[in-house]
Amino acid sequence: MKFSILVSEGPYTHQSSDTAYQFAKAVLAKGHEIFRIFYYHDGVNNATRLTTPPQDDRNIVNRWSKLAEENNLDLVVCVAAAQRRGIVDDGEMKRNGKDATNLAPGFRISGLGQLIEAGIQSDRLVVFGD
Amino acid sequence: MMVNRKAPYGTIYAWEALEVVLIAAAFEQDVSLAFLDDGVYQLKKGHQTKGIEVKAFEKTWGALEDYDVTKLYVAQESLAERGLTADDLAVPVEVLSRADIGKLMEEQDVLLSF
Repeated sequence: MKFSILVSEGPYTHQSSDTAYQFAKAVLAKGHEIFRIFYYHDGVNNATRLTTPPQDDRNIVNRWSKLAEENNLDLVVCVAAAQRRGIVDDGEMKRNGKDATNLAPGFRISGLGQLIEAGIQSDRLVVFGD
Repeated sequence: MMVNRKAPYGTIYAWEALEVVLIAAAFEQDVSLAFLDDGVYQLKKGHQTKGIEVKAFEKTWGALEDYDVTKLYVAQESLAERGLTADDLAVPVEVLSRADIGKLMEEQDVLLSF
């Protein structure tokens, strides 16, 4: 089965990011396909590589990057939500005159159309939010 | 179907849900909206947000028709629990029981909840 996942809450504040990650791992372990993981609302904070949790805690951002690299996943951050919350890649830095970037490896910034497309292309779009 | 469950202000969910509605409509999807729980407050007439310095989006509901988004379902129980009726809402809606909205949900290809 082809899944897509929507992550709507920020890491550490809310369980959603953890549950979505565990779900994604389980989906892949069962041999299913993940078409896309889309990050919206505070979920875009899953994509900042500047996260530095205590050493004895899980690193939610790095975990996503690793999962994406190992499984060739498409992790997409909503551009409008990212702009509000200061998630920046090279293109956004130049476009908006910012002096830094913070997008973690394996993520890309794109539009909400990517979420709509995920809904169309996938057998299941599973929402992890509040 | 977009499921709106949160009050219009206080959190960003309602506003960003509306952005998804407009993009989905632009992609010519068959978009409907369900309003449950505090989500019914999103449709209430007379938003005045100047004091909290956030944009009011009450007027957007009237504009949805231009995007061919006309299916607005509101949970009757959620209105009643809050002392509201359809007359208190900014745009015409279809008031349905929670159970009937549940049946509609079963017919959807994609459900997004906010």
